[in-house]
Amino acid sequence: MFDLTGKRALVTGASGGIGREIAKALAAAGATVALSGTRVSALEDTAKEIGKDCPILPANLSKLEEVDKLVPAAEAALGGLDILVNNAGLTRDNLFMRMKDEEWDEVLAVNLTAAFHLTRSVLRGMMKQRFGRIIGISSVVGVTGNAGQGNYAASKAGLIGMNKALAYEVASRGITVNSIAPGFIASAMTDELNEKQRESILSSIPAARLGTAQEIAATAVFLSSDAAGYITGHTLNVNGGMAMV
Amino acid sequence: MSDVADRVRKIVVEHLNVDAEKVVEKASFIDDLGADSLDQVELVMAFEEEFSVEIPDDAAEGIQTFGDAVSFLTKAVG
Repeated sequence: MFDLTGKRALVTGASGGIGREIAKALAAAGATVALSGTRVSALEDTAKEIGKDCPILPANLSKLEEVDKLVPAAEAALGGLDILVNNAGLTRDNLFMRMKDEEWDEVLAVNLTAAFHLTRSVLRGMMKQRFGRIIGISSVVGVTGNAGQGNYAASKAGLIGMNKALAYEVASRGITVNSIAPGFIASAMTDELNEKQRESILSSIPAARLGTAQEIAATAVFLSSDAAGYITGHTLNVNGGMAMV
Repeated sequence: MSDVADRVRKIVVEHLNVDAEKVVEKASFIDDLGADSLDQVELVMAFEEEFSVEIPDDAAEGIQTFGDAVSFLTKAVG
C-alpha cells in the first residue's frame, strides 16, 4: 500500500519481536534495510526471512563507541539513509524505592541516549538530501506511566519529548520525526503470562486482545512513506484503545 | 576578490537564495541575508565540505557574516 522503493533504512533492535517485523515490513514495501542488534544469529534469521540483501550491523547500544559507528556503517553500506527506526530498548523493572542506579542508567543509556546519538548522526545526511523519516518506538508506558517501570517510562517519555523538539528543528528540511507508542504486544514475554495475568491485562484493553508486532510494523511503514509527509512531532498510539490520549 | 571569497559567496547565494550583490563583507547571514539558525548550521556544513576542513562549534558561532566566513576559511586553508 505504501511504496518505499529506493528508500534506505536502519532499524535498531532488529533481532527480534517488533524490530524484526518493522524491518520485514519496510523491506516488503521496497526499502533496503540495514539490521542492527546484539545477536548476530538472530539478525541473520531476520535477513533470511526478508530474503533480500540486508547489511547486518551488530552493535551493543549500551556502549557509545559502538553506537557512534553504527550510522556511518549503515550509510556506507547503503549509500545514505532515508529512514531511521530507533526501536532497540530494554527493561530493568523495579519498584522505585528499590531501583538501583545501574538499572536506571542501563535503561536510559540504551532506550534514550543511544537514540539521541543515532538521530544526531543521521541528521547531516538527511538535511542535505532534504528528506528523512525518524521514528522512535516509544511505549504506552511513556504516556501513562506504569508501576515498577520508572526508568522505562522515563526513557520512553523522553523519546517522545526528544522527537517533538527535533521535529520543530528539521520540519522545514523535509524530515519528519515521530513516535509510535505500542500498547501490549504479543511476544515471547506475553506468551509466558498465566491465564489470570492475561485476563487482567485484557480487561484493560477495549479491543480485548493483544496487539501484534505486524500492527506496529504497519504503522512504521506508514510513517516512513511519502503519504505521511505532513505528520511530524506526532505520537501514534497503537494500543487497542487502552490509553486514548 | 580572493578565490576563497568567490567559493564562499557561491555557497551562500545557492543556499540562502539571495543575490550575489547582497553578499558583502559585513552582511550578516541572519540579519541581512534571511538565514535562520538551521541555515547557519547548514552553511557551516557546506563550508566544511567545500574546503575540506572541520569547523568546531565555538568557531562556527563566531561566523556571523560573510566576512567572518571568508577570513576564517582563508586562515583555515592557508
